Amino acid sequence: MTSRIAWLYTALVVSAAAALLTLAVPRGFPPRFWPDLIVLQLLFLVCDSTPALVAARQSSWSPSTAASLAAVVLVGPFGAALVGAVSVLSLHGPLSLARRVFNGAMYALSGYLAGVTFVALQRSYPAGAPYGAPHPAYFPALLLPFAAAAVVHVLANHGLMWGVLRANRGGRGPVLGQLSMESSLSLLLVSDLGFAALGLVLAALWSVLFGWVAAIIVLVPLFVARWAMGQFAEQQRAYAATMAALCQAVETKDFYTRGHSDRVSRGAAMVARQIGMRADRAEALTFAGMLHDVGKLGVPTKVLRKAGPLTEEEYAAIQLHPMRGLEIVREIGFLNEALAGIMHHHERVDGRGYPMGFAGDEIPEFARIIGVADAFDVITSTRSYRKARSIAEGVAELRKGAGTQFDPVIVAAFIAALDREGWQQPDPPTAPADSQTVTAQDHDDPTAPLRVIETA
Amino acid sequence: MTTHQSTDRQPLDRPADRWSSWQAMDSGRLLLLAVSGMLAVAAFASLAVTTQGLPVMPAIAFGLFIAFGELLRLALPGGREAAPIAMAGAMGYALLLGLKDQPSQHLALQVVAVAAIGMTIGALPHVAAGRPFGITGICTRLVTVACVAFIFRPLASRPIIYQMRHWWIALSVMIVLVVFGWLIETLISALIRADDVGARFGVAVRDEIRVQWPLGAAVGSSAVITVFAAEVMGLTELAVFMGPLLVTQIAFRRYAGIRATYLQTVRSLASVTEVGGYVESGHSRRVARLAVAVGRELGMPEPDLLDLEYAALMHDIGQLSLLDPIPGGATVLVSIADQNRIAELGAEVIRQAGVLDGVAELVRCQNWPSRGAEPPPPVGSRIIRAANAFDDMVGGSTDRDRTAAALERLRMDTAVEYDPRVVQALTEVAGRRPAGRL
Repeated sequence: MTSRIAWLYTALVVSAAAALLTLAVPRGFPPRFWPDLIVLQLLFLVCDSTPALVAARQSSWSPSTAASLAAVVLVGPFGAALVGAVSVLSLHGPLSLARRVFNGAMYALSGYLAGVTFVALQRSYPAGAPYGAPHPAYFPALLLPFAAAAVVHVLANHGLMWGVLRANRGGRGPVLGQLSMESSLSLLLVSDLGFAALGLVLAALWSVLFGWVAAIIVLVPLFVARWAMGQFAEQQRAYAATMAALCQAVETKDFYTRGHSDRVSRGAAMVARQIGMRADRAEALTFAGMLHDVGKLGVPTKVLRKAGPLTEEEYAAIQLHPMRGLEIVREIGFLNEALAGIMHHHERVDGRGYPMGFAGDEIPEFARIIGVADAFDVITSTRSYRKARSIAEGVAELRKGAGTQFDPVIVAAFIAALDREGWQQPDPPTAPADSQTVTAQDHDDPTAPLRVIETA
Repeated sequence: MTTHQSTDRQPLDRPADRWSSWQAMDSGRLLLLAVSGMLAVAAFASLAVTTQGLPVMPAIAFGLFIAFGELLRLALPGGREAAPIAMAGAMGYALLLGLKDQPSQHLALQVVAVAAIGMTIGALPHVAAGRPFGITGICTRLVTVACVAFIFRPLASRPIIYQMRHWWIALSVMIVLVVFGWLIETLISALIRADDVGARFGVAVRDEIRVQWPLGAAVGSSAVITVFAAEVMGLTELAVFMGPLLVTQIAFRRYAGIRATYLQTVRSLASVTEVGGYVESGHSRRVARLAVAVGRELGMPEPDLLDLEYAALMHDIGQLSLLDPIPGGATVLVSIADQNRIAELGAEVIRQAGVLDGVAELVRCQNWPSRGAEPPPPVGSRIIRAANAFDDMVGGSTDRDRTAAALERLRMDTAVEYDPRVVQALTEVAGRRPAGRL
């Protein structure tokens, strides 16, 4: 909660929630509902205090929707709002007070709106008591109003959440975590709706068992789901970290190219965000960027480090590295489109690249993006034979090559992304004592093409 | 919990799904098939004699639920397969008390019949898509459900159970039975798995419990929830409850999926040493397979086996820091100081990941002698050391004389260099492997 807009937004949501609750109080709340309400509040609190992180730090997921929707059926709009409001007390992590109050207000509002929807649509309950533990005779008629309430709850919840993320961004600046947010958004929506359905089952259990017994039984599958989601996120982080570490290992072969794949990967991700690529594709592209040069391992070290002009054979060996990379990563199942990106990242739009000599749109999109990020990083890093160029010079090189080496659309997107997000140039490496671990020329460098001995 | 160790071996479920190869089946699996076959025959026979007392709509609804769950089978870590939704449905049907105040009085054999039909229907699309029928899993689930049904159905007709005035009695009985059912399923799975992968039964039971408890808890509580909610909602409950069950299943699927991808990626990236000409082709994978087999022989639990597999796959990663590849990649031929340096470099690379410190430790100690080193190297490192040396000498060859000579050479070094227990296990494993494959 940094920007002024974010504060305003929070204040707005909180006062709306407060106003609603105050207005609802006089309409009354039968005292017999208090025990149910407290059990539901406890259930909500337990769910809300143990969220599973989804993908990134930004969005976490907790199964509290089930408790909210059960409250809608069992204790009505006002009760559902009171249940949601306990999110203020959430025991999850070190949340700032502002964040807590906002969460409480958000859940109170969503619960209230869902409750009003439910009460307005249902025709099953006797007049004057439009909520409470459901009777067998109400089914299946109760399904429709409940489904409407669930949709309203999920939409209100995510709408308010989206608003605060949006306001925090302040319309400008890096969109922290936006990518991960989007990648998990559909999953979040679906799982929220799924667990909303559990709310109705919980309400039904309420009529045959004691409330707290029902709550405990329902907690078991909720926690198992949460456990699996947490495990998934953990595995995903471990996976990314391992991949990065292994890529770094590959780079240790050459002192000057350290961090190269990481930066290319980040550059590719910037383009993906700029052109609004779908989240799962963007993720695959990020990995492809990281792995694009892995095939260099298949090129003999003495060729990579040769100072003088290359023979045709040596040049052919270098041209083979995208294929070698493909060989290594081919078995990684999820990377289908990424494979094409790795294989063709040295194609040129004018058709003079390698290994296939593709031109224009024949080159896969991933390859065109990686090609641009790859070249830009090389230009703006130090090499043994020259100093790093500035970012402006790098941009100028990209513009020069647009239409011949690079896809102009991707170049434009990359430059726009640079303007928005900036670029972290690597620190110039201190020359290693062991002069053997340096490369005298770089196959990636468009400003200093490889010299090949012409054999007529 | 090991992920898909079997992906490039025969899938574990295969042998049982080919009826033609039934002679090759082990006794545990045959017994399971025989028992469930008899159960199914008895169930269908009783259905043919009389369908009295079996309300049609609930039977169809639960049958569909079970079939749908069987369709959505779930791959679990370690090449296991589960059908949690089918299991929840079948258990729910076995424990069903009533639908909207209408007591359910179906019999145990009728539960078995509905479950068998549902599971078979749900498995057919798998067969159509070229995947295995999964007879072992289906039989395991069927026997489990039958055990629970035979105990509970007679009880369900007693007023003290089905009258909701005494809901807590019914609830307690159900919880006990759900746990009992889970134990039976776990024991059967462990028995089959011990036969399949050559693990010890005790270790297999522990592994099975570790992998299965989250799903077991979810399935059991779902069955209980189904029973009590159906008292109020009737069959509507099955449709509504499918929502949360599906979400839970999706979460599990994603989890199992990323674990599989993870292992696949480590495998692929570990092969960079081969493409770079640092080691002989296929070396890392052969060492990994051998190491896992030896580890299993020594009774290592699955989480340790997974670490061992990762470490074995990446044991040569330190060579990437070498200027020029060691000829043939045979680290066994280089000076011990160099070997340790390479191992340290490799461990450093792995430690960078921040999540594989155990693996890094195994890689770091991979060249330490089993005796005399202080502290003594972990078992995993000793296994990798022996497997690595074995593969450096034998390679992809399956020549018996060559294998015997290599084992002999390892055995001569057991005083200091190699752990005698590891070499013993290695001998067993190498003796078992059929010509051409491990």
